[in-house]
Amino acid sequence: MIMTTLNVTTQAAAPLLSVRHLRVQIPTRHGPLTALDDVSFDIARGEILGFVGESGAGKSITGMAVLGLLDPPAHIAAGDIIFDGQPIHKLSASQMRKLRGRRIGAIFQDPLLSLNPLLTVGDQLTETMRTHLPMTRDEARERAIEWLRQVGIPSPAERVDAYPHQFSGGMRQRIVIALALCAEPDLVIADEPTTALDVSVQAQVLELLRTQCRERGTAVLLVTHDMGVISENADRVAVMYAGHIAETGPVDQIVNRPRHPYTRGLMGSIPPADQDVLWLQQIDGAMPRLSARPTGCPFHPRCKHATEQCVSTRPLPHPEGVALVACWHPQGLAVEGVAA
Amino acid sequence: MKTMMLTVRRWRQSDLAWSLGRTPEAWISALVLLLYLGMALLAPLLAPQNPFDLAALDLLDARLPPAWVEGGQLKYLFGTDGQGRDMVSVMLYGLRMSLFVGVASTLLSLVVGVTLGLVAGYMGGRIDNIIMRAADVQLSFPAILVALLIDGLSRTVLPRAVHEQLSLLIVVVAIALANWVQYARTVRGVTLIEKDKDYVNAVRLIGMGRARILFRHVLPNILSPVLVIATLSIGLAVLTEATLSFLGLGVPATSPSLGTLIRLGNEVLFSGEWWITVLPGLLLIGLVLSVNLFGDWLRDALNPRLK
Amino acid sequence: MSMPYLSVKNLSREFKAQGRTVRAVDNVSFDIPVGTTFSLVGESGCGKTTLARVIAGLDKPSAGSMLFGAPLDGRVHRTQMIFQDPYASLNPRWRVGDAIAEPITFQNLRLRTDVKQRVEDLLARVGLSAADTAKFPHEFSGGQRQRVSIARALAGEPSFLVCDEPTSALDVSVQAQILNLLKRLEKEEGLTSLFISHNLAVVRFVSSMIGVMYLGRLVEVAPTAELFAAPRHPYTQLLLEAIPRIGQGRRAVSLPAGELPSPLAPPPGCTFHPRCPAAMDICRREAPALRTLDNGVLVACHAVSSGGQPVRFMPGAAHPASSFPLS
Repeated sequence: MIMTTLNVTTQAAAPLLSVRHLRVQIPTRHGPLTALDDVSFDIARGEILGFVGESGAGKSITGMAVLGLLDPPAHIAAGDIIFDGQPIHKLSASQMRKLRGRRIGAIFQDPLLSLNPLLTVGDQLTETMRTHLPMTRDEARERAIEWLRQVGIPSPAERVDAYPHQFSGGMRQRIVIALALCAEPDLVIADEPTTALDVSVQAQVLELLRTQCRERGTAVLLVTHDMGVISENADRVAVMYAGHIAETGPVDQIVNRPRHPYTRGLMGSIPPADQDVLWLQQIDGAMPRLSARPTGCPFHPRCKHATEQCVSTRPLPHPEGVALVACWHPQGLAVEGVAA
Repeated sequence: MKTMMLTVRRWRQSDLAWSLGRTPEAWISALVLLLYLGMALLAPLLAPQNPFDLAALDLLDARLPPAWVEGGQLKYLFGTDGQGRDMVSVMLYGLRMSLFVGVASTLLSLVVGVTLGLVAGYMGGRIDNIIMRAADVQLSFPAILVALLIDGLSRTVLPRAVHEQLSLLIVVVAIALANWVQYARTVRGVTLIEKDKDYVNAVRLIGMGRARILFRHVLPNILSPVLVIATLSIGLAVLTEATLSFLGLGVPATSPSLGTLIRLGNEVLFSGEWWITVLPGLLLIGLVLSVNLFGDWLRDALNPRLK
Repeated sequence: MSMPYLSVKNLSREFKAQGRTVRAVDNVSFDIPVGTTFSLVGESGCGKTTLARVIAGLDKPSAGSMLFGAPLDGRVHRTQMIFQDPYASLNPRWRVGDAIAEPITFQNLRLRTDVKQRVEDLLARVGLSAADTAKFPHEFSGGQRQRVSIARALAGEPSFLVCDEPTSALDVSVQAQILNLLKRLEKEEGLTSLFISHNLAVVRFVSSMIGVMYLGRLVEVAPTAELFAAPRHPYTQLLLEAIPRIGQGRRAVSLPAGELPSPLAPPPGCTFHPRCPAAMDICRREAPALRTLDNGVLVACHAVSSGGQPVRFMPGAAHPASSFPLS
């Protein structure tokens, strides 16, 4: 496939989504809390960008910000979100609504929240399609049945008139994928799409998402806490920590040769399924709460390599080989300065 | 002393105190309530006259209007009633009685309702059914009707002298029994949720008995909603007592409440002596309004979902 | 072969739901050797949590028996439990120090004057400080609350510890801390443990023996290394195949489609047969019993023979650690 040349084409073509220096704040009576601070990344057309981090890191908020679905009083305090050349962060609610569904789709963790329990799945699909695309009712119904078949629902012609509660969890999530893709968006924000599913179903659903998006050239912002999901599905990865992006790069690089101490610690914390270890590598402490973010590099209180510079000045992302790393002391280089 | 200072400081820094300061309805009503409480507690000291001392009364001074109206005297600021009692004094003592009945009956219904709710929620099964059906039956009667029923029944059943002595107790019990259901239902609901939580399971593992778990572990978690209900019900209890007294039942005539006063004044209202009904009425309205406003604020402030 | 500390025989737990009877735990039998950690692994609805609660004594079985043998060093048999939800496992109105002290005082494990010190010692052992005694649960993070729960469990001086998905609600880096802590404490205290999880990688790390459950039944019981090297039951193979691999890039996963059937209407015979590539006629009629294979592994499957080589039923690339060939 086009995978190996993707990097080249990415650099040449303008990115589909460009987020620059995004800052999201939540005002409280003690002053504003900064949920996202100076977050910048790009997604190329047709690319799957994985956004990985632990709870509170800000990965879901990033997805919500792009979708224009931030829960008030959280708001975008600074930065730009540019979608297909147009800034979208200042659009009105009705303009964002037009954009969602047609150009940007969404898949959330809980299918019960994404699906209307009172409408049949067919109705939900046809309604979404006819809102954004020109087609007659009959055409839409045909397309809906075809979508159900594409996402692997058995007997789609009959099931198109069933209600969401009549499907199992995995089936519902497949329908949600169909719903997100049926208006043929250019970008899909998938926020923990398989976290609520059993592991045996998870693999199937992720494969479906991946193949469907590949076929249509739809880009995906895949938000998850699960490194395994990222490793098997993403093209590039951004690792989030405490409202900042610690490291961005091709998936192979980030997973196998991470440079940022947090990413390295994170990879070491994951219990390996394929070997026996006596102890897991652990990062002491916990991610700071929104109200207690440290100065300088947010990871410095937990970092073995922290220096005074790390305490006083926040490192900006800079290129290290094919990756962008926000760290004063990136780890893991072999002697010659070649990526390990 | 140190723990008290610590508690005070913790409270001042708490979200509750901050919300109280920011909401005018809340702190104004809180101040007013404190004022009412002060008046009620200090009535014997504040009242210019002891309205129960028959010797001090002068029938010639009966039915005098308030001081600012023509014919009034400065000595009797709010005028006098049909028996020459100073309105200010009588209102203070009436407030005292109204508040006493209101608070006492609320406390009693709280104890009964919370206990029944805890038992129903934790035991489940038949006991739960019995208690809840009793609650349902009672809810189909208006609270005032229940109170009337109990009070009226006691009058017919008990000999007059006994009833006279017990009438205050009967009023408190009547109003308490009319209002226990809301506590029971809320507490049962919270108990049903809390009893399956893992911290209860953890205590079951060490072998603690059900009753002990209920009171040590579940009870502290129901205090918040119960507090809100109690605050809001005090107003209702006071009104119920006022209604009962207005109807001629309720507190004994020797210790009139605001309701009794309203009744007494009602009889002479159309002869133009408005102050005997209206002034105690305004006092009562002020009390119930303040309690309700404060209770509303408390309910919103303690609601975890709004945080 | 160590004596079993816990011997479970034909244990069942039924519930009535919507007019039907659901067997959340269906005729389960296994042994836990003393001083070891035994894991029960499976997906949602497999009954592992119900089974854990029955074994802990929080629930009564509908049928079957559970026998506890003698703990190590002649200790008293006591069970303690660590729960999944760090937010529901501590009483929000109790100070943390009081919560930890309660098992000590209620069971008279220390003199009243020694309790405070004991609580502080326990807090130190789980990586918290003495100053945390006066705090309320909401002042702690999820991982810290689990530490408090562990301290409370240890305060009860158990000989048997049941851990119900203790790290499922925690972030990966915090999970590593808690798993390391649990492993260390279990060793130090000489505890026998039952560990429940849906995550096979976690289970591999903590346990010496693993039982795989599907819809209330045990389908395979094997020592950890054996289970991962040569899984026998088709469902075990499915689970292992489905685990996302880290660091190996894209992988074509062609597992049989299908999901867990509803526990209210389990398929007849072997409940796994609708999803099983090796399903035979007998599988549709008769539920397989848990048999002991020649090498000591227990499997409930008609397609698995008692001796001979393990057979791969599930398609897909072989698991890196597994050594047996594609069939």
